[in-house]
Amino acid sequence: MFRVCPTDRFRAVLAIVVLGGLTACGPAVLPGEGVIEDPTEDANRAMYDFNVAVDRALVRPVSQGYGTVVPEPVRNGVRNFSSNLDQPLMVVNDVLQLQFADAFQNTFRFLVNSTFGLAGLLDPATDMGIYAADTDFGETMHVWGVSEGGYVVLPILGPSTSRDTVGLIVDAAMNPTRLAFSTPESDYVTGTNVGDALDTRYRYTNEVDRLYYESVDGYSQARSLYLQNRRYELRGSAQAEYFDPYSDPYSDPYEDPYAN
Amino acid sequence: MQTKPGLTRRAFLGLAAALTASAALPARVWAMTVQAAQALVDRLVGELYDVINSGTGESRMYNDFEALLGRYADMPIIAQSVLGVDWRRASTAQRSAFIDAFAGYISRKYGSRFRDLIGGRIEVNGARAIRNFFEVTSTAHLQGEAPFQVVWLVSDGSGQPKVFNLIIEGINLRTTEAEEVGAMLDRNRGNLDAMIADLRNAS
Repeated sequence: MFRVCPTDRFRAVLAIVVLGGLTACGPAVLPGEGVIEDPTEDANRAMYDFNVAVDRALVRPVSQGYGTVVPEPVRNGVRNFSSNLDQPLMVVNDVLQLQFADAFQNTFRFLVNSTFGLAGLLDPATDMGIYAADTDFGETMHVWGVSEGGYVVLPILGPSTSRDTVGLIVDAAMNPTRLAFSTPESDYVTGTNVGDALDTRYRYTNEVDRLYYESVDGYSQARSLYLQNRRYELRGSAQAEYFDPYSDPYSDPYEDPYAN
Repeated sequence: MQTKPGLTRRAFLGLAAALTASAALPARVWAMTVQAAQALVDRLVGELYDVINSGTGESRMYNDFEALLGRYADMPIIAQSVLGVDWRRASTAQRSAFIDAFAGYISRKYGSRFRDLIGGRIEVNGARAIRNFFEVTSTAHLQGEAPFQVVWLVSDGSGQPKVFNLIIEGINLRTTEAEEVGAMLDRNRGNLDAMIADLRNAS
């Protein structure tokens, strides 16, 4: 029989009250389109250059080797396995955000892929149309009202913000699948994460190469792409603010662009 | 100055604005409908797939994309909004050179990405009116990837219904290319002609 002692019940009630309070004020206000807060730009640019150098010397060649040598079904298996292990962490964050539909979706996905998907090597959930509702602790903090903070470039990991950097650390510390494994299993998990990252670099070879090696100012391009996409993820179903070029403050109302 | 016969676009817009201002009308007079905006994107997506699946060579495909852009996208207004304040100081010749170079650059850059759509599909979900334009929402289904959202902004501000921005998972073409073109201009110390020459060679 399942017995709940009074202190457990008290804790559960307390947790719900606290989460209710945290989410009650609503999410942080997202910065407007094109608004960039980059107070540590010099340090960020130096880190960006370092990351590009590491990519040129190591990540790109290794990912090309990985993509060429390892057959696609194996690479997909590694990717599926690695991302399946992230699902419980997403469920934790969904609950912290009081997003119960997403929590259910991610839980169901984890159960389907862990069983029918042979411990996550296959991804039958996606074939069933159940996709991961991606989330992280950075988003949880956003839901609690913590604003974006400044743009940050992390070593190897790349673009982030000061809030999302804290989120990454919290996620790493509270990841249930991480906590479930001890060495050497946890090392194998790390191995699949690295494999997943290399696979991503390989699959987006053209896009990343264009950004790193062809863009005029790869740093500001990466910053813009990251912040636009991140804010879109956090915006959820809320309406985006669109710029209307037909009422452009820069254009001269007496100058017709179609007169050319 | 250029004179146009009949009702010019500017006169028409003035008339529309005057009508909107009159209290009798609840909102703006729509010259086009939500259905027309969605139908435009439906046709565009159809033609996009025709180009992708035609199996022609790369350079031929980029030319096809450029022709497609000319028909469906409002390149003058996109180019103008990408250049921002610098548009004001550009001469008429520089403006048309920029529009032309920018259209080629976009066709090459985004054309190489559209090739990823082979074997996938874009589903147009719906459209709605926002202020003076329309937002058409679609979902791209690519092999081995979770579906993602592609938004097309459509306006008839040019006199015809045309796409003036494309937003893929929150990443919008105008903002992204304004950064890139701005960086190109900086590298050329603000020299518009040199920037336009760079743009013609950029992929």
